[in-house]
Amino acid sequence: MTTNKPFLEVKNLNVAFPTEDGLVKASSDISFSVARGETLAVVGESGSGKSVTSLAVMGLHNRRSAQISGQAFLNLESGPVDVISADEEVVRKLRGKAMSMIFQDPMSALHPYYSIGNQLVEAWSLYNEGSAQDGKKRAIEMLDLVGIPAASKRVDEYPHQFSGGMRQRVMIAMALINNPSLLIADEPTTALDVTVQSQILKLIRDMQQEFNMALILITHDLGVVAEVADRVNVMYAGKIVESGSAEDIYYRPDHPYAIGLLNSIPRVDKLEDTRLVAIPGQPPSLIHLPQGCSFRARCEFADRVPGNLCATTTPSLDQKGADHFSRCHLPESELVKARVEIGGRK
Amino acid sequence: MTQPLLKLEGLKKHFPTTSGGAFAKVKGVVKAVDGVDLEIYPGQTIGLVGESGCGKTTAGRTILKLYEPTEGKIIFNGDDITDLSPKKMKPYRSQMQMIFQDPFASLNPRQTVGSLIAAPFQIQGVTPEGGIVAEVQRLMKRVGLNPEHINRYPHEFSGGQRQRIGVARAIALKPKLIVADEPVSALDVSIQAQVVNLLEDLQDEFNMAYIFVAHDLSVVQHISDRVIVMYLGKVMEEADKRDLFSHPRHPYTKALLSAVPVPDPKIGRTRERIILQGDLPSPVNPPAGCVFNTRCWKAQDRCRTEVPQLMQIGTNHRIACHFPEE
Repeated sequence: MTTNKPFLEVKNLNVAFPTEDGLVKASSDISFSVARGETLAVVGESGSGKSVTSLAVMGLHNRRSAQISGQAFLNLESGPVDVISADEEVVRKLRGKAMSMIFQDPMSALHPYYSIGNQLVEAWSLYNEGSAQDGKKRAIEMLDLVGIPAASKRVDEYPHQFSGGMRQRVMIAMALINNPSLLIADEPTTALDVTVQSQILKLIRDMQQEFNMALILITHDLGVVAEVADRVNVMYAGKIVESGSAEDIYYRPDHPYAIGLLNSIPRVDKLEDTRLVAIPGQPPSLIHLPQGCSFRARCEFADRVPGNLCATTTPSLDQKGADHFSRCHLPESELVKARVEIGGRK
Repeated sequence: MTQPLLKLEGLKKHFPTTSGGAFAKVKGVVKAVDGVDLEIYPGQTIGLVGESGCGKTTAGRTILKLYEPTEGKIIFNGDDITDLSPKKMKPYRSQMQMIFQDPFASLNPRQTVGSLIAAPFQIQGVTPEGGIVAEVQRLMKRVGLNPEHINRYPHEFSGGQRQRIGVARAIALKPKLIVADEPVSALDVSIQAQVVNLLEDLQDEFNMAYIFVAHDLSVVQHISDRVIVMYLGKVMEEADKRDLFSHPRHPYTKALLSAVPVPDPKIGRTRERIILQGDLPSPVNPPAGCVFNTRCWKAQDRCRTEVPQLMQIGTNHRIACHFPEE
């Protein structure tokens, strides 16, 4: 963990997509920061806005079809740049160099017609002057670093000759070839088997230390988060509902959604023959978000909040501890009870 | 104990690989399932786990004779159904059903929920008491769907609700056995628990046996009574859940369990972890000897030449390994 100045600072970011059915508010009022050497995990279900937020940071939304407001500063050596308001050309030159991204599906993220080496050299040559030989040398170096055996031979092979885990290693090599300061990994191990997953997670962590990167790990797997994250943002229906250190989230969760989520997953290391504690219902539509708290319809503690506040007022992300924030109206005394109540059902 | 509901004896399913084209020649075989023995009793859940390509899905489908087995026997309720023709299989079909992984692909988008859930009755020519419509609505209610939505189409439902439709369809004829192939892996975490709980409640209610095929060991641990661990078509280890998860004896099981992330930062970061090197070898050309020897940290010469047989090493605990863990 580091206490230095954050590399990425996101402030009040909103992303919405106009559709025929109405405005999809994919992420709203998002603020967070990550420093170099730090790992921020973003967890949430599909449609909670975790990918949309990071694509906005990467400047990968089409500015004509997405409505984006707010700020996202990259604190570069030359000074801070807001990637939301900056010229597209400026953002393009930051992509792959200052910030980089790995995607979920290594099968479709690589071009099937070009050799692995070709694709790596392409990424390298965007920011480096040098001959094709230099590029290839660097590509082999990177493949070696991410643990591809016989890298000098395999550099000329094509994606279909690589297994899923190996392709994800290639993606990592490609993302890191220009020494980025920020790496966003969007579900990097979801498509992989669990034994390969642990290889890739270890690799990502090693690479983070090697390059001293700020790392944003997007995932729905609470096990993966517990293992790698310094800090965690829990997202629900487009908003951060809780944010804190991994210890805060796992041992002192404050939002009923986070409490419910942690209690709803079976654990491989605990042999218990008890029922799972499911969260009833399903997430709301992002077009017709309910008034007040988005989680209210599924929250069993809403009626303990005085004055029907959950139905009328959207809760703000309030400070609960040193670096622990939660978006819930429930008073502290009721929260303690809620934690015990849900935990006791197991 | 009573007679097992389903018994497999040395079940094998091999797929030929061809050179392609109209006059394709058989080049080799993929031994997707290569000798699985299993006994399952009413009300029991057997978890079938392993990484992609280990043959767990093929095994599940072969059990229901959705694939014709290459070798071995399938005995259902005392009857050998291995070689029955599709026509003769029909009466057995109502007793064994399947729940599929992808709730988006497994429901016909042009049929209403009502006709999807009514299909088993029509196929089997059964009219339930009170008529089909009433029964479909009762089923919908039972699995947690609103019976008023009987005329809606699958796209109007969320993933979790669609999986409930799949469950309603599977239990319509009150089967004795359900093969569930990754039934919750496409669902979000908060919805997974709902569907797992539903499956458990239905099992208690109808005393059904489940063969639960999944790669998520946490879910399998939760739902199963017994667990079979597969690797490249072969059974590596089979034991009661408690034995298997608290005291795995096969190196592969041990590595697999240690690789599952635990949602607890203190435990997750300090837990001993065995990181297996490399990937699953190709099932077209599996390694000689023990199929796991290329990734096993205990492998010796014997493992590269001699195939370990599945042997009993404790009450109800079997493993295929020359050098089991203590």
